[in-house]
Amino acid sequence: MKTKFVKKFAIAGALMAATAAHATDVEVLHWWTSGGEAAALNVLKEDLQSQSIGWTDMPVAGGGGEAAMTTLRARVTAGNPPTAVQMLGYDIQDWAAEGALGNLNDIAAAEGWNDVVPAPLQNFAKYDGNWISAPVNIHSDNWVWANKAVLDEIGVAQPHTWDEFVAAMAAAKAAGKIALAHGGQAWQEMVVFDGIVLSVGGADFYREALIERKRSALESDRMLEVFKRMETLRSYVDENFSGRDWNLASSMVINGEAAFQIMGDWAKGEFINAGKVPGEDFLCFRVPGSEGSMTFLADQFAMFNVDSAEAKDAQAKMASAIMAPSFQIAFNQVKGSVPSRTDIDRSVFDICAQKGMADLAYANATGGLVGSLAHGHGQPAALKNAAYDVVTAHFNGEFDAAAAVEELSAALESM
Amino acid sequence: MANHASEADFRTRLQDLLPKLVLSPTVAAMVVFVYGFIVFTVYLSFTDSKMLPSYDWLGIDNYVKLWGLRAWWTAVTNLAVFATLYIGICTLIGLTLAILLDQKIRGEGVLRPLYLYPMALSFIVTGTAWKWFLDPGLGLQNTMQMWGWESFEFRWIKDRDMAIYTVVIAAVWQTSGFVMAMFLAGLRGIDNEILKAAQIDGASNWSLYRRIVIPLLRPAFLSAVVILAHLAVKSYDLVIALTGGGPGRATELPATFMYSYTFTRNSMGIGAASAVIMLMTIAAVMTPYIYAELKEKK
Amino acid sequence: MSVASQDTAVRTGGFVRATIYLVLIMFALFYLVPFYVMLSNSLKPLAEVTGGNMMAIPQTWTIDAWLAAWSTAQIGVEPTGLKPYFLNSILMVVPAVAISTILGALNGYVLTKWRFRFDNIVFGLLLFSCFIPFQIILIPMARMLGIMGLAGSTPGLVLVHVVYGLGFTTLYFRNYYAAFPTELVRAAQIDGAGFFRIFWRIMLPVSGPIAVVSIIWQFTNIWNDFLFGASFADVDSMPMTVALNNLVNSSTGVKEYNVHFAGAILAALPTLLVYIVAGRYFVRGLMAGSVKG
Repeated sequence: MKTKFVKKFAIAGALMAATAAHATDVEVLHWWTSGGEAAALNVLKEDLQSQSIGWTDMPVAGGGGEAAMTTLRARVTAGNPPTAVQMLGYDIQDWAAEGALGNLNDIAAAEGWNDVVPAPLQNFAKYDGNWISAPVNIHSDNWVWANKAVLDEIGVAQPHTWDEFVAAMAAAKAAGKIALAHGGQAWQEMVVFDGIVLSVGGADFYREALIERKRSALESDRMLEVFKRMETLRSYVDENFSGRDWNLASSMVINGEAAFQIMGDWAKGEFINAGKVPGEDFLCFRVPGSEGSMTFLADQFAMFNVDSAEAKDAQAKMASAIMAPSFQIAFNQVKGSVPSRTDIDRSVFDICAQKGMADLAYANATGGLVGSLAHGHGQPAALKNAAYDVVTAHFNGEFDAAAAVEELSAALESM
Repeated sequence: MANHASEADFRTRLQDLLPKLVLSPTVAAMVVFVYGFIVFTVYLSFTDSKMLPSYDWLGIDNYVKLWGLRAWWTAVTNLAVFATLYIGICTLIGLTLAILLDQKIRGEGVLRPLYLYPMALSFIVTGTAWKWFLDPGLGLQNTMQMWGWESFEFRWIKDRDMAIYTVVIAAVWQTSGFVMAMFLAGLRGIDNEILKAAQIDGASNWSLYRRIVIPLLRPAFLSAVVILAHLAVKSYDLVIALTGGGPGRATELPATFMYSYTFTRNSMGIGAASAVIMLMTIAAVMTPYIYAELKEKK
Repeated sequence: MSVASQDTAVRTGGFVRATIYLVLIMFALFYLVPFYVMLSNSLKPLAEVTGGNMMAIPQTWTIDAWLAAWSTAQIGVEPTGLKPYFLNSILMVVPAVAISTILGALNGYVLTKWRFRFDNIVFGLLLFSCFIPFQIILIPMARMLGIMGLAGSTPGLVLVHVVYGLGFTTLYFRNYYAAFPTELVRAAQIDGAGFFRIFWRIMLPVSGPIAVVSIIWQFTNIWNDFLFGASFADVDSMPMTVALNNLVNSSTGVKEYNVHFAGAILAALPTLLVYIVAGRYFVRGLMAGSVKG
């Protein structure tokens, strides 16, 4: 029923698209509008232009892609879908299930994507075994960012275990610093939560609890421990955390007000932009206890149905350009993420990205690579947001750890 | 002769028809784009629509689920608190400012646009500024403390129980000037002779306003309350810009709830159900007003 | 000012007057705070914004942020600033305001001077349409625009804004014309004047004040709209607010707050200008009709 709905309007859309743009143009809906991101995307645009494929830009920022997804729904309903759309995780699968996405199998086979893209990521880039989108990058959110000068000042080294981390935060607090810079927005609390679940139980526990939604894991003592650790972190956050943007939290670490921040690798851009050098001015390390495993989220360009051969060709060329090593390097150096293919030369990246790439390769080989629940790679939107509600309510003191365990299990409809 | 008569006849008929013809595009647009869409939304609320509309009938499940959601209850309660305070305070401030501004104030031409301008700005524009101003670490509290008032505290936006009141503050800031303009217009429309006569009878300023002026402003009150009520129900940008629905989900309103279920949580059926409840609330508030409006004009 | 003569006849003493002025000025300051925050921070370098007191006046004054917001800030892939989107907004706002105001005037004229059976019901339905939450119409509207071939175009946006503004403009004009003596219209009719002639010669010349109210209301709402712009616009028709949102709401990139604030003020300038220039007529227009119910 739903599929028919989309198809009917996709046909109408194709008719209109033909009048709106040249058949060899690609229209790209995305939310990369900040300076660095957009400049990075421009590399792709110029690459395509050199193959005489025009780029029609359709940026809609806001809410980590939420606004863009609303726009997309209006566009598809109107029968006027863009050629390619920036998307995360389950959204891609949902659109594929609606029958709205195209097929990239030919170019994927010709370029051997199956061999270079990590398998857990392929689960999102393929539907029914067919390639439907081209992954641009891999972000990870179980990172800690630390101000090295502050750590030296309070006399602690980079913590490697949870207890060391708590001790370091205690030392920072005792020295009058804000131990943990945190922005109290639901998604930021979820980023922290992802990392803590890994640090308590590793990738297997993460998978059982958050991906497979097993009641045995969700209602275990380990999950109780997760929420207790969240409470510990809560006690090291300054009292004005609520509602703060993540990058204001980053600047607290940058200017030495705060010691640590738990945030995805896009935070690195803030440090670099402030003229800080990785390894010298600031440290990047995994949430203590989660070393060896990592959560991932990958921005992809999902390719929508287009009818004409020229448009299909342009789409394939765009996918090919996205997967090209040169673009992967250029883009990810700016974005803070790591390439979505594992065969890229690491030496051109900074040490945080090098660590990210090494972690990715290791985690991928040892089963430690899990989709980020915070960013739509753990569960579909409805369940993801239900989990958000519980984690953020608990972090804001609405219920205690024991109640949070029950609430989360109910919210994720545990099995 | 006969020809002439039929031409006149045609012209009269055309003249009779013209008003309806002129009105017809508007009526057609309303039927399709407002009432048609409302019917569509009501229909969706009974289906299992998720990411896109689906036509698989589900019955009242969405409504049952909706009223079982804690966040929806929070949103409804918040709307009650928010709408009451917002309408009350805006009316009070608007009326006060209008009365004060009506005392032959020098510089009225400067003050009036200052009161009015917030209405010209969207919260995409002012949201960040408000967020900073209300943030204890950045805005008012910090500034007061830096000026030496160490014990000054204003941290409502960080407090689950108080955050909704900061939404009220920003909302009042935006529209109270507009309400002022409506009352000012009402005051300027009152015949001065009535006031002078009352003064000769020895009425004090206070009783003059209480007994004569404020009752005469009844139409302005009605218009103000209706406009404010509809803005309260539609409030969306405000919450998104100021608190994002937080801390936690403490400042969720029905409009933000509906948007998030329809568009970000892929639960269009539940979103539609919440929209239907909102529409019914609006209808309940508006119908008496519309009825009164129409009666009066008869 | 011309309305000053209508000021209240209430007499007040010196102390009371001083208090009145004080209260009025306090409120003026309250209304100015957010604007002050935006303006002062837009004139600082970024380091001073994120590092210093956000309520303080700039230590280093610079208009770089303004220049960047206007012509070099990144809105999408290309660093165009807000400049090109300004025109898109104008192209959308002007026809939408004009059409909805003219239709509103005609509707108000019909509903008050050419009464017919069920005219009240028509008006009631129109009035209720003002109160529809815009979020619910996104999906069906997108579909209608698709069917009409107007998806992602400026005419499509104009249509949407006209449709959802008609309720308000009709309300304003109807209430205004209701106070206008119907006898004059009847007399003109007897003299042989037709429907449009009466509208043109008798109604329009007195419609100035309410037209100002209608125009201000529509202009502000349409200029500030984000939801419709983000949903129904294409890259060629993307209005200012969507561009501004792209500037200030990027999620995982570096935030240049000074540029954001400068852009915000730039985007708001037209509506601010309208309020300041037309503000005095606004009160007069409200006075002339719409609040008299």
